[in-house]
Amino acid sequence: MVAVTSNRSGPKRKHQRLVLVLLALAAMIGGVLLAMSALRSQAAYFYTPAEALAAKVEPGRAIRLGGMVEAGSIKRHGDGTTVDFRLTDGEATVPATFTGITPDLFAENSGAVAEGAFGPDGVFRATNILAKHDERYMPREMEGIDYDPQTHQVDSSGQ
Amino acid sequence: MHVLANPRRFLAIAVPATPWCFWGGIALILAGCWAGLFVAPADYLQGHSFRILYIHVPAAWLGMGGWSGLTIAAIMQLVWRHPLASVAGRAIAVPGAIFTALCLATGSIWGRPTWGTWWEWDGRLTSMLLLLFLYIGYIALARSSVERGDAGGVSRVTAIYALIGALNLPVIHYSVVWWNSLHQAKSISIVRMSSSIDPSMLWPLGLTVLGFTLWFTAIVLLRMRAMLAENRIEARLRRMSRG
Repeated sequence: MVAVTSNRSGPKRKHQRLVLVLLALAAMIGGVLLAMSALRSQAAYFYTPAEALAAKVEPGRAIRLGGMVEAGSIKRHGDGTTVDFRLTDGEATVPATFTGITPDLFAENSGAVAEGAFGPDGVFRATNILAKHDERYMPREMEGIDYDPQTHQVDSSGQ
Repeated sequence: MHVLANPRRFLAIAVPATPWCFWGGIALILAGCWAGLFVAPADYLQGHSFRILYIHVPAAWLGMGGWSGLTIAAIMQLVWRHPLASVAGRAIAVPGAIFTALCLATGSIWGRPTWGTWWEWDGRLTSMLLLLFLYIGYIALARSSVERGDAGGVSRVTAIYALIGALNLPVIHYSVVWWNSLHQAKSISIVRMSSSIDPSMLWPLGLTVLGFTLWFTAIVLLRMRAMLAENRIEARLRRMSRG
């Protein structure tokens, strides 16, 4: 092992190095947090419907739009591959249309991210659809039981 | 930790601990995988494909835990100049990188049937890929410091690099909170002791997380012992060549 000379390993020097390392770490963490808060909107993977409407995304610009597929909004056309649906984030709702094969988890009341652009009529024309799932995992028998995402508590009485 | 700074005292603990961690870890991994595949019920939404979670979550935990270990080793090396700390850093890097790669691979395989994509440039996925690149950089720096003769451990520059790389860890953790992401939010909160995974599906995960962690520890201990043994051989060869 390396022989350490006594003047470089005295308690005072160790203390100085500890303070130096901690200060450097604190400064770097501060820098990263500042950078991340500046990146916040740019690094987002998708717009929510309310964000897309507030940002007035112009028609034809490629974006991703993510939200919940509104209940009762999925309408499949006769050709079997075209599907109309509405994406909502609770504040705003955007009509969308897609032609192609949707992922298995694409369903009403479930999260989805659509890639595409707004048409001039305000309908979002998706070129690709990704299904998003939440952080819950449970057996099939428990489906429909009330669940509080804040506390992770399952309310078994309120079925 | 100071007790472990002496290689002889370290070996007195590490040598008997290695087989327990190694075989105990493998037993828990096998039990957890068996329970995850055959005992836990299928998910209400994803069906059977969620079962890859029993490998994906421990891999992610050890990929990030490995870099936390590198960070602690780097602080010990820079502040207290513990020679063993720099050996530990070198020993952790390769298994840490392998588990990070395993996390990315299993995540990609899982993403195809559930999300409908192998890969997306989402905040969580991108920051985890960055962690893999950071590991590769660390391994390259560690190798060059050994070639320059830093007594089996890594150079001080490598330790500083580990500290800088640690900044990516909170970014990975909070990526699903700060940004809209395709990856779902976390399911398990250690602070609040709560989980959104049903208990019937959670307990096999506990087995595989504990098992992989023990096995990871065993591999790090084996690698550290091999590096210390290499040092002893080199020191003896030097003495012999001097006659």
